[in-house]
Amino acid sequence: MNPFTKLDGLVAPLDRANVDTDAIIPKQFLKSIKRSGFGPNAFDEWRYLDVGQPGQDNSKRPLNPDFVLNQPRYQGAQILLTRDNFGCGSSREHAPWALEDYGFRVLIGPSFADIFFNNSFKNGLLPIKLDAAEVDELFRQCEANEGYRLVVDLAAQTITRPDGRTIGFDIDPFRKECLLNGWDDIGLTLRHADKIKAYEERRRAEHPYYFA
Amino acid sequence: MAAQTLYEKLWSSHVVHEEADGTALIYIDRHLVHEVTSPQAFEGLKLAGRKPWRISSIVATADHNTPTDHWEQGILDPVSRQQVETLDANIREVGSLAYFPFKDERQGIVHVIGPENGATLPGMTVVCGDSHTSTHGAFACLAHGIGTSEVEHVMATQCLLQKKSRTMLIRVDGQLGQGVTAKDVVLAIIGKIGTAGGTGYAMEFGGSAIRSLSMEGRMTICNMAIEAGARAGMVGVDETTIEYLEGRPFSPKGEAWEQAVAYWRTLKSDEGAQFDKVVELKAEDILPQVTWGTSPEMVTTVDGRVPDPAAVADPVRREGIERALKYMGLEPNTPITEIAVDQVFIGSCTNSRIEDLREAAAVAKGRRKADSVKRVLVVPGSGLVKRQAEDEGLHEIFVAAGFEWREPGCSMCLAMNADRLEPGERCASTSNRNFEGRQGAGGRTHLVSPAMAAAAAVTGHFTDVRQLG
Repeated sequence: MNPFTKLDGLVAPLDRANVDTDAIIPKQFLKSIKRSGFGPNAFDEWRYLDVGQPGQDNSKRPLNPDFVLNQPRYQGAQILLTRDNFGCGSSREHAPWALEDYGFRVLIGPSFADIFFNNSFKNGLLPIKLDAAEVDELFRQCEANEGYRLVVDLAAQTITRPDGRTIGFDIDPFRKECLLNGWDDIGLTLRHADKIKAYEERRRAEHPYYFA
Repeated sequence: MAAQTLYEKLWSSHVVHEEADGTALIYIDRHLVHEVTSPQAFEGLKLAGRKPWRISSIVATADHNTPTDHWEQGILDPVSRQQVETLDANIREVGSLAYFPFKDERQGIVHVIGPENGATLPGMTVVCGDSHTSTHGAFACLAHGIGTSEVEHVMATQCLLQKKSRTMLIRVDGQLGQGVTAKDVVLAIIGKIGTAGGTGYAMEFGGSAIRSLSMEGRMTICNMAIEAGARAGMVGVDETTIEYLEGRPFSPKGEAWEQAVAYWRTLKSDEGAQFDKVVELKAEDILPQVTWGTSPEMVTTVDGRVPDPAAVADPVRREGIERALKYMGLEPNTPITEIAVDQVFIGSCTNSRIEDLREAAAVAKGRRKADSVKRVLVVPGSGLVKRQAEDEGLHEIFVAAGFEWREPGCSMCLAMNADRLEPGERCASTSNRNFEGRQGAGGRTHLVSPAMAAAAAVTGHFTDVRQLG
C-alpha cells in the first residue's frame, strides 16, 4: 500500500447523499480478476452518456457534460467532497480501487458507510469525517472558487483551507500509523501468529464442532 | 457478571489480541467465498508467498456471474466465465471445507447455501466478500461483509482487524397482519431509521414479531441490516434456530450436537442488557411496503403515494427525492397502486428461500401473469431450494402462471449475468437494492416482498396482496 502523509490537492464536489458503490463502480466492471484499471470506469453511469462495458476504449466514449467531475475545472482533482453515507451498499473493494485509480487520495464528507470506510484505508485512500456544517462550507468555497485546493496533513490531523483556517479531524491511531507508513495489515497481524494459534487451540478444545 | 448483549458475547468470545486504541484481532470461524471478490485475494496471497491459515473454514460457490438458464451451454460471457474458472482453479489449488461449483446440485447463492448446509452455526464469526453476509446473523452469528483486502487477510491470518461496534436493538412486538412478511418488516425498519441509521452499530432484532418468524424470515431481516447501514444484524438463538439446524450436512451430530446446543442456548442478549440505542416498532402498524426511489429508505406502504419533493424543507433531501423521481420516471403524489411494472424478479439472497417461493406461489396459484408484464423471473436461491420447490410442485404453479422457473444464482438482483432490465424498464423485485442501474443500466427497481411481487406480476401494477384474497 502507498503511504499517505501530506497532500496539497485540487478539490472536486460531489453534491449528493447516499452515493452507493454501484454508482462508484457498476457491476459489469466487477468481472475483472485484477486490482487495477478501474479508474476510467469510476462513476461510469453518471460520467458517460452510453452504457459502459468491460474492455472498451473509454477515451472514445461520449462524456456527460452535466456530471460534475467532467468539468474542466475539476480535472486532476485528488480530494473529493461528499455528502452523507458515501459508499453505502455493496462491499466491493473495487469502489476504493476505482477512486484511487481515478486519482483521488482523500474523501471528505459528514459520514461514510462502514465497509467502504474500512476498505478505503486498505488502499491508501483517506476518508475524513467532518461536521456537516464544515462540509457545507467546503462545498460553498469549492464551488465559488475555481482551482480550490486543500492541504491535508495526516500526521497533524489537519485540513488547511486557502483562507488559512485549519480544521482538525479524528482518525483511529492504529489506522493512522498504518497509513502513514504504508504498512501491510497482514504482515502486522502475523506478528501475532502465536496468539492466533493459542486462541485457535483453545477454541478447538472448547467448541470442536466449529472445526469439523 | 453484568448483563451482556448478544453482540458483546460474540465479540468477547473472538478477541485474539487488542491494541491500545481498541483495535482488536478477531478470530474468524467461517469464511464464505465467491467468484467476484476473491480472485485478487488469492492472487495477493500467492504473490506474497503466503499459505491459507485454515482451509477448513472456507465454503465456496459461484453465484454472481452464473447464468440461470441453458446450463448446458455453460457460461457464454467470456469475462464471467473467466472469473468463475478462476475460482475453480483457486479452490482446486488451495482447498476448502466445501465447494459448490457452477452446476453442482448444491450450488447457489452463498448466503443461502451456508445456512442450508449447516455451515453457518450459532456463535460463529462469519465473513464473506459480500455485504449481505449480515444474513447469517439470523443464527446468532457475528456476520458481516468485508472487502477483498480483508478476504486476503482472513485467508492469511484467520483473523480480522476490527473495532467494537455500538449496539442497537430493533424491537418489533405484536402480531404481523395477514399478508405482511419479514420483507415488509425490514423495509419498514429502514424507512424509519434510514439507510445510514445503523452505521457504526451492530443491530439485534428482537421482540415477539421477530421471534414468531421462521429462520427464512429472520434471514430476510438480517440480510437487509446492511441496507440500514449496519454491517451486522443478528437474532438470538431459540428453538426455531435449533430445529432448523438439526440434521443439516455440516451441523454437529450426536454428542457434539448436544454440547453445541447447550452452548447455543446461551447466545442471546441477557435480561437487562443495555444497548446504545433502542428502536421500537409495532407489528400491527406495518403494512406491505413498496420502495419508490433509488435508496431502500425511499419506501412507503402499498396504500401510499409517491412523495412530493416540494413538501420537503431540507435542500439535500429535496434534491435527492427530485433526482430519484426523475430517474424512476415517477410523478409526485402518484398512488403506488397505479404504478405499472414491466418485469418482476423473485429471487436474491433476501428472498429466494423455500418460504419465499411458497408465498409467491400462493399468490400465483390459479392466476396468470398480466399481459402487460414482459417477464417474471423466479430464481431459487440454491439447487436444494429448487429441488424442494419442485417436490412441492411450486414450479408447476409458476409455469402455469406464465412465470419463468430458472436455475439458482444471484441473477437480476445485481444483473452480473444475462438477467437484467433494459433502460427505462420498471421492475417489482424481491431483492435488496433499488440503486440506480442496479438491475441493469437505466433500470427502475421497486423493492417488495415475494407475495407483493407475485401480486404485481398477475395484476400488472402494484397491488395490495391482502386485497387479492
